[in-house]
Amino acid sequence: MDALTLLGFGETGWGDDIAAGVVVTASLSLATLPIGLVFGFLLALAKQSNDRLLNLSANIFTTIFRGLPELLTLFLVYFGVNSALNSLTTATGLPDIALSSFVSGMVALGVVFAAFASEVFLSAFRAIPHGQREGGLALGLGRFKVMLLVILPQLIKIALPGLANLWMNLLKDTALVSVIGLSDILRQSQIAARVSREPFLFFGTAIVLYLLLTILSSFAIGGIDRWTKRGEVAK
Amino acid sequence: MSEATLAPEKAPPALRAKPKLGGIIAISVWIAVAVAFLIYFVRAFDVSLIERFGADYLSGLWITVSLVTVSFVCGAVISLPIALGRMSTNPASRSATFAFVYFYRGTPLIAQIFLVYYGFGQFRGFFETIGLWWFFREAWYCGLFALAMNTAAYQAEILRGAIQSVPKGQWEGGRSLGLPRGVIFFKVVMPQAMIVALRPYANEIILMIKASAIVAIITVYDLFGETRQAYSRTYDFQTYVWAAILYLALVEALRHATNWAEGRLTRHLKR
Repeated sequence: MDALTLLGFGETGWGDDIAAGVVVTASLSLATLPIGLVFGFLLALAKQSNDRLLNLSANIFTTIFRGLPELLTLFLVYFGVNSALNSLTTATGLPDIALSSFVSGMVALGVVFAAFASEVFLSAFRAIPHGQREGGLALGLGRFKVMLLVILPQLIKIALPGLANLWMNLLKDTALVSVIGLSDILRQSQIAARVSREPFLFFGTAIVLYLLLTILSSFAIGGIDRWTKRGEVAK
Repeated sequence: MSEATLAPEKAPPALRAKPKLGGIIAISVWIAVAVAFLIYFVRAFDVSLIERFGADYLSGLWITVSLVTVSFVCGAVISLPIALGRMSTNPASRSATFAFVYFYRGTPLIAQIFLVYYGFGQFRGFFETIGLWWFFREAWYCGLFALAMNTAAYQAEILRGAIQSVPKGQWEGGRSLGLPRGVIFFKVVMPQAMIVALRPYANEIILMIKASAIVAIITVYDLFGETRQAYSRTYDFQTYVWAAILYLALVEALRHATNWAEGRLTRHLKR
């Protein structure tokens, strides 16, 4: 069969299966992003607080999840948490619960993202002069409002390039979740390649699709970047 | 710009406040995790497992280290012409190298490895005629090839950034001394660029150690591959914990070595 029939939609082609894979990849990355961002932000707050125990705890987290291979983290979550849950439910007699590969991917990639994002946020925090916070407090804003209205808008602008990089890594790392059975782009292409015996065509298609997602993201990030700089003088 | 004229701000005196609730809770969670792990480990610890798989883990560790070392060195060699192409004035070589870098940085390594290992096998006849089939037949070489090309793209960007961070005056100074371009590049610019590039290079090695675990999927028995095999034979979760400890030790040792090396190499820059 020629390439167009194989990649077509419907009964004879794999186009619809791979398209479903694109949706899974995109939704896994989009679902992981907020977890990683919020958790990374909290970690950065913990790292720059003057509570030494809090610093230490956040640093232990970062050291572990920045140092482990993403694939190993994924397996630790998938097999470790599931076997822990399994022994917990058999011991207590509760109904069986298990993490699906999607949720495992979300957790594993989320903690990895958070570990890296905390460093990005931390250096962005350090780039904001102290006077900004003091000025906000002097105007009578509460601590929460200073964070929300004064620090955060500047923080996003400084942290955006670093976070954009992490987003690209996240998008690429979702391909690892195919190893534990998530039917994302890579897994669907792998199945198609095995059945049709056309591995080059299908893995090539998968790579092109990832490339398209990356290009799409860089356009979106460019838009966000312009939005964060809307207060600056136009060039 | 009023900010620039202000004296550099000093950090406020560190408050040696008593640890607050948040810190106590956070650290106690970690202590609880550590204790739970210790209990689990003591209970699950099995000497026969070490006797059975200890040597496998060491050989896996060796495969990981040698794979990363060889592909890093190959990548470094490939990255030099790519970095030069990225900086060249010729638009054709600029766009070709840009496409190379964008392709490798914009797609997942695991997909690249699959394309090489499974995809290239489809062109067996072609590789046999050009005499390269022995190379693309072996999973180890395929992993090596994919990792080397991938890291070449990243290293080209590191190298380019480092070379461009050296001020132009260094080139001009060399020219005014009558040095040929090659000598200026290797004896004047590169030593300064390498100091800038040291940390990114170390980061790249760490990223490669982590990424090299992927080759286990295409049946290379590196540290992760041996781990997967040990797990599939015993269904004992501690096999993964051993791998985690080994990987963490490797990465942390490298990180500390880099800090030490950077301090040592930049000691002439400190005042």
